[in-house]
Amino acid sequence: MFQTAFSLNDLWFMAQGAGWTLLITAIAMVGGTVLGLVFGVTRAVLPGWTTLPLGFFLDIFRSVPLLIQLILANSFIPILGFRASPFAVSCIVLALYTSSYCSEIVRGGVQAVPQTTRRAARSLGMTWWQDMTEIVYPMALRVMLPSWIGLTLGVMKDTALVGWIGVIELLKSSQILITRMQNEPLFILIIAGVIYFLISFPISRLGARLESRFREND
Amino acid sequence: MFNYTFHWRPALQALPQMLQGTLVTLQLAILSMIIGVAFGVVLALMRQSKNPLIHFPATVWVEVARNTPALLQIYMAYFGLGQLGIRLDSFVALLIGITFNNAGYLAETFRGGLRAIPQTQTRAARSLGFGAYQAFTLIVLPQLFRVVFHPMTNQMVWAILMTSLGVVVGLNTDLTGVVQDLNVRTFRTFEYFAIAAVLYYLIAKFVTLGARLLAWRLFRY
Repeated sequence: MFQTAFSLNDLWFMAQGAGWTLLITAIAMVGGTVLGLVFGVTRAVLPGWTTLPLGFFLDIFRSVPLLIQLILANSFIPILGFRASPFAVSCIVLALYTSSYCSEIVRGGVQAVPQTTRRAARSLGMTWWQDMTEIVYPMALRVMLPSWIGLTLGVMKDTALVGWIGVIELLKSSQILITRMQNEPLFILIIAGVIYFLISFPISRLGARLESRFREND
Repeated sequence: MFNYTFHWRPALQALPQMLQGTLVTLQLAILSMIIGVAFGVVLALMRQSKNPLIHFPATVWVEVARNTPALLQIYMAYFGLGQLGIRLDSFVALLIGITFNNAGYLAETFRGGLRAIPQTQTRAARSLGFGAYQAFTLIVLPQLFRVVFHPMTNQMVWAILMTSLGVVVGLNTDLTGVVQDLNVRTFRTFEYFAIAAVLYYLIAKFVTLGARLLAWRLFRY
């Protein structure tokens, strides 16, 4: 028969890890979305060459492995003379990482709104701000939301890397259990996988449904 | 402001080793892309099948690959298969993990691409006397390639970035692995990893640039 040393306590340990995963994801998404909105709108609104430095800066986060970004931040913050827990470091890095992707989504969304529509809004006497909030925002949201959900899931999976700098999130907690129990890594990893899948799959279905509903109503 | 002296010279002296590691990184990424594309096409075709016995395994593969972290998939290949008696060295385990992930994402890309090619193309080919296999390889695949080329380049960059995870399962020959080895010997974490970051950035940019040129060469009218 199937026997295991895996106890309810261990499951609870992994659930706590999953809690950290979710918490870091939430913080990174909130921070990243706010920054991403600012960066994305800036890049969509200002003429192309003025935002080249910003574009270059954001591109770095997409072209360097996240693991290396985490290690660099983790060693650079103490060099600057600040103390930061691994948790804080991972939140900061992931928020910047998210903002880089989010700004692209926002830029794409804003640019997907036809110029003519925006001119029509301005001709009707709307201010720039009204145009942005009443016309561009609702129209861009339909373009952005599915990709934004995809981004959330991507970030959730990328939090698995923060274990390397010492945050005990879901994957790190399972790795600790693997080291402790030695002879049943497969079982533990399957449980971790199932937890990730249970978090991720419903949301990705929701994203797909939203996308198809938006397409229907176009 | 700083209580820290940067030591760039030893880090720069290690550059040849790092470039050696870069080659391993590229080798891994290219291998995983080639195998991933092959599996991706097969998976995309399997998912189109009506037979649940063919359809189901492909769906499971794609959903698992897309809904769990890449690092977990690499752990699975390294620790998980190890438990089943298949002991792999970290290079192979990393390759399997990344390829599994790549194939899942590429399958979705290909599925979308296949949908973008009208059924009428296949029918026209068949009515001109092409066999089913010929119609697919000569008519559908070239058009599919054009549609999925850009997402594939993105995936290639992703694959390069993913190879950095090898260090977690103890790979010490790729760029991150080499740098980590140097790091544990010298504790000059920031200097070494900063150079590694620059190298990764350059690789990613070269790949994107190369792909742009290739696309221009292949797809211009």
